[in-house]
Parts: sequence; structure tokens; C-alpha cells
Amino acid sequence: MAESPLAPRGATRIWGHLWMILGVFVVVFPVYYVFIASTHSTQTILRPPLPLLPGPEGVANYRDAFSGGIDRIGGVSLWRLLGNTALIAVGIAVGKIAISMASAYAIVFFRFPLRMAAFWLIFITLMLPVEVRIQPTYKVMVDLGLIDTYAGLILPLIASATATLLFRQFFMTIPDELLEAARVDGAGPWRFFRDILWPLSLTNVAAIFVIQFIYGWTQYLWPLLVTNSNEMNTIVIALRKMISFADAETPWNLVMVTSVLAILPPLLVVVLMQRWFVKGLVETEK
Amino acid sequence: MARILLNDVRKTYDRQEVIHGITMDIADGEFVVIVGPSGCGKSTLLRMVAGLEGISSGTIEIGGKVVNALEPRDRNIAMVFQNYALYPHMTVRENMVYGLKIAKLPRAEIDQRLARAAKMLELEPYLDRKPRALSGGQRQRVAMGRALVREPAAFLLDEPLSNLDAKLRLQMRLQIKDMHLRTGQTTLYVTHDQVEAMTLADRLIVMNSGIADQIGTPLEVYERPASEFVAGFIGSPAMNILTVSVGDGAAILPGGRRLSLPGLPAGGQFRLGLRPEDLRLAGATEGAIPVELRSLERLGADAFGYGVIEGTDVPMTVRLPGNSAAKRGDRLGVLPHESRLHLFSVETGRRFEPARGA
Repeated sequence: MAESPLAPRGATRIWGHLWMILGVFVVVFPVYYVFIASTHSTQTILRPPLPLLPGPEGVANYRDAFSGGIDRIGGVSLWRLLGNTALIAVGIAVGKIAISMASAYAIVFFRFPLRMAAFWLIFITLMLPVEVRIQPTYKVMVDLGLIDTYAGLILPLIASATATLLFRQFFMTIPDELLEAARVDGAGPWRFFRDILWPLSLTNVAAIFVIQFIYGWTQYLWPLLVTNSNEMNTIVIALRKMISFADAETPWNLVMVTSVLAILPPLLVVVLMQRWFVKGLVETEK
Repeated sequence: MARILLNDVRKTYDRQEVIHGITMDIADGEFVVIVGPSGCGKSTLLRMVAGLEGISSGTIEIGGKVVNALEPRDRNIAMVFQNYALYPHMTVRENMVYGLKIAKLPRAEIDQRLARAAKMLELEPYLDRKPRALSGGQRQRVAMGRALVREPAAFLLDEPLSNLDAKLRLQMRLQIKDMHLRTGQTTLYVTHDQVEAMTLADRLIVMNSGIADQIGTPLEVYERPASEFVAGFIGSPAMNILTVSVGDGAAILPGGRRLSLPGLPAGGQFRLGLRPEDLRLAGATEGAIPVELRSLERLGADAFGYGVIEGTDVPMTVRLPGNSAAKRGDRLGVLPHESRLHLFSVETGRRFEPARGA
């Protein structure tokens, strides 16, 4: 890579690297430790100090986890947990994109009464996280009979002020003439959205999908409240349930395997969509 | 193909009127240029015809149909935007046929129109490129092509050449003229550039703060500007305009020089317009206006001398031959052509018409 004129030199450069390495170490080491623990037996994990290198039980641990080990503890298979979580994460991400794009489209491209009022109302909800409105939301879900359903897990989480604002900012960078050219070409609102706005928004959609997928994947409080049956557990909830026994009875090796498997899918999504993700967050020129 | 009728068209924003009643009959196939300085409402007027701006009062008819309440797509018009407004994610081909696809034209018809337009605009090699991979001039041609394939009742062009460099602008100007001759489409063209206005137009609308100051052929507008504003706006370098007082069949210029002219009004203050190209050098002839040169611009074929009337601060521009030996500080005597004088009312700015033959 060509050296930029602003690239620091000499000592500054070495210090910079040291700091970065330290930062990466702080973030990555616990994750590494989880992985190491997932390759040892519970006895080894519980007897300090934990080794720093992978142990011999790795293959056995993972095989056990996939073939019934988790069922024995939580009453539901690891596959089911991963499937549940993936469904919810994708549901939340797609739902959020659909709703926030639709509302941003309305706010930016249509003139209707109380348009700005609607915008500010959406904006204000930024200050109201799920936790604040959790009791009324729970009540609504109970009344609608959505406890222990995917709809109950997904719906309350898909309204997103953040994504609406992001899309609004992006839509405002679309030149008016593009809309006018489309109007002269005979494109109605739906066509304009499908043929012009959507293709131009793809990188932003990808970025928001990644962020919201991870948001959905790591949900804890809401799934805990709205699910009773083990069948509907997400992987994060299952993890919590696995370690609620007394320390000695916790199958720590399987907990660690589950942790690794809980981290992997979001990681994959980020890696696979990295190129688009960065483009969507950085690109301003259209 | 269509005739366009503007009948007392007005536009009001927040109770403030910005277009003050424009009436015009644009014949089928006519090329009309709306020209004026920025902020005069020329683009607004065009956008009202296009249907991108509402019409506050008055009517617009295209092809015998009042279109006030119609969406742009139902007005059978095509528009070229100043920044081209090409769809960045579509290829040139997709950009050009997008409107036709929406109109659900048969595939063969679309292909045929695309081929014809691409040939006329020499866009064939670029059909599969994205706009970002094109130069400014090529993008401009794609924008023209997108309008052309629609075969509309009228073309509306909003400063289509203002983002191009001088050489390309000339080239595209000729191409637009040529296209108009070949297609014979009614065309409305907005520009602030008087050269484009003069060269392209069958007729001009010269706009000034939301008013059509004059509607006429380029030559009419040049030779008989209807107002002081039009006189100053059309023509390059701008017309010299001086305040004179009239009495006894003569105009008294700033500096006290008397200019005896036929057909003058009985008396009062007037604004006198003299085009730099209508002044001839007269040396120290009696009655010549003495001009003290302050600077000189040589263009090759011509030279323009910028100076002031001697003893005053009233600026005066004179056209000189390209090989003129005049230099800064010289004193020139100039005489106007008597038949090419323009008198304007001080109060209204409108042209004063002397009673001919009286």
C-alpha cells in the first residue's frame, strides 16, 4: 500500500501499533479464551488456571453439543436454537429495513399534513429503548396471544428510529432532478421506489442489515420475557439457562461450545458483507 | 407535435407572486427560448409547463388540452435537466428506454426508437456503459437521447448546456439546432446565455423578475428592445445606457454635449440606449461624443474600448476595428447611428416609440 503523506513515522508509528495491538488483545482475548475452554473438559475448565492452548476434548465437545448434549440440559436441540435465533435476527433486520425505508420514503418524498410532526415523533422514540416500554409491550403481546411465537419475538423490535433516520439522510442526498426525471418518464411512487431508490440504497440496506442482524441475534431481555417454552428459546437465552445451575453442575464445556456457536453467525455476516457494509457507511457520493 | 398556449400563467409561493401572468402562443414546431438572469423565474415557468410545479392561476394548454391538473407523464412532454439527472445505476440503454418501458411500448418499437436516437446522437458505442463512465458531453447527449426516444409533443430543456465547457457547448448547440430541424418538435429552452438564446430561438421570451418583458424573434429583440432591461440584457458587450434630458429636438448628454436627433419627444428626462456596435468613430467632428478610453479588449476581429464620457463618470463602450491603434488614455469622438437609438422611459423602463413621420 502506498504510504499516505499523513502516515506517522518512527516512534509515533511504533507506539500507534502497540496501542492497536493492545486494543485488539483486550477485545479478542476473552473470545479466544472461550474458544480454548470449549476444547477442554468441564473438570479442566473448573480447575484453575485454564490452559492457554486448545485441549484434546474439542472434537468430542462439539460432537456432543450437536448430537444431543444441549437437549439433555435445555430440552431443545442446538440446531433448533440456532434456527430460532437466525429466524428472529433475520426477521428483525428485514422488518426494520422494510418499516424504516417505508417511513423514510414517506417523510422525504411526500408532502402530507403533519409530516414534520411524524418525523419528530419517530425521532423522539430514539429516547425510548425497548426496556422502557417493556411492560405495556408485554401486555399487548399477551392480549394478542403472541407469547411463545416468532411474531411475538420479532414484531415489537422492528420499529427503528435509527434506521429511519439513516435512510432519511440517504434519501435526502438523492437529487430532486432524479425524482423529477422519473416523474417525467412516467414512474409513479411505487415504480420510483422499486426501480431507482431501492437499487441506489442497496449498500445502505446492507449496512443496516448487518447492524440489525447483530442487534436481533444478541437480544436477551425481550426473548426472555416473551418465551416460556424451551422450543422457542434463542441461543443467548439457552446459554443463560444452561449456567443457572450450581457451578459444579454446569456443563461448562458445552456452555463454551454454545458461546462459540453464538458468536460465529454474526461474525460470518460481518465478514461476508464487510465490503458492502463499509461502502454503505462511508459512501456519500451518488 | 403540439402547440403550447400559455394564458396568463401565474405562480405564487407563500402568497408571494413570482410569475406575474405570462401569455404566449407557441406554434407547433416552434423553438422558443426563455432567457433571463438567474432568479427571473424562467426555470419555474418551464417547470410549470412540465408539470413539476403547480400553476397558481391561468392555464397551460399542450396540443389543445388544458394540462393544469395533469401529472408530467400525462402531458406528453420530455425534459432535459441541467445536471442531466441520469439514473446512476442504469446503463445508457436502460436510461434511455426507461420511460418507454413504463409506457409499455412493444419491444420492437422500443429497440427501433433507441437505435434511431443512439445513431443521431452518436451514442452507439456507449449504450452499455453507466453514466459515471461517461464524459460531461456524453452524459448530456444521453439526457437528450432519453428525451428524444419518447417522441413527445414538446421538448423542455432547462439550461442543458450550462455544465459543459465552451467548445462542447458550441458543438451541442449546433447539435440541438440540427435535432430541432430534423424532428420539428415544439421546443421550450431555458438559458441565461444570450448567445444560446439568439442562435437557437425562433422566438425569445426575455424574462425579468417574473414578467415577460418582451416576446419576439431574436432580431426584433435585438433591434427594438421593449424595455431598458431587455436592451441591457441582450447584446454583448451590453448596450450603453445614459440618462439624457430632451428639449428643442436635442438630447443633452451627461457632460453637456447636445445631440440633435430626429423624432425626439417634446421634453423631459429619458434613458438613451446606444449599442457599442452602433457608434462610429468621428474624430473631432462637431457634435461627436468625446470618450476617454480607460481600457481596451482585443478579440481579433474586433476590439472593445471601455471608457467614460469626457468630464463625467458615465461609462461608454465603443466597438473598434480589430486593428485599431487606439490605446488607454486616448480620446475618441463617436457618433451614434441616428436610426439605431433606443429611448426608454425613466419611470417605467419601457421603450419610447417616436411618432414616425410626424
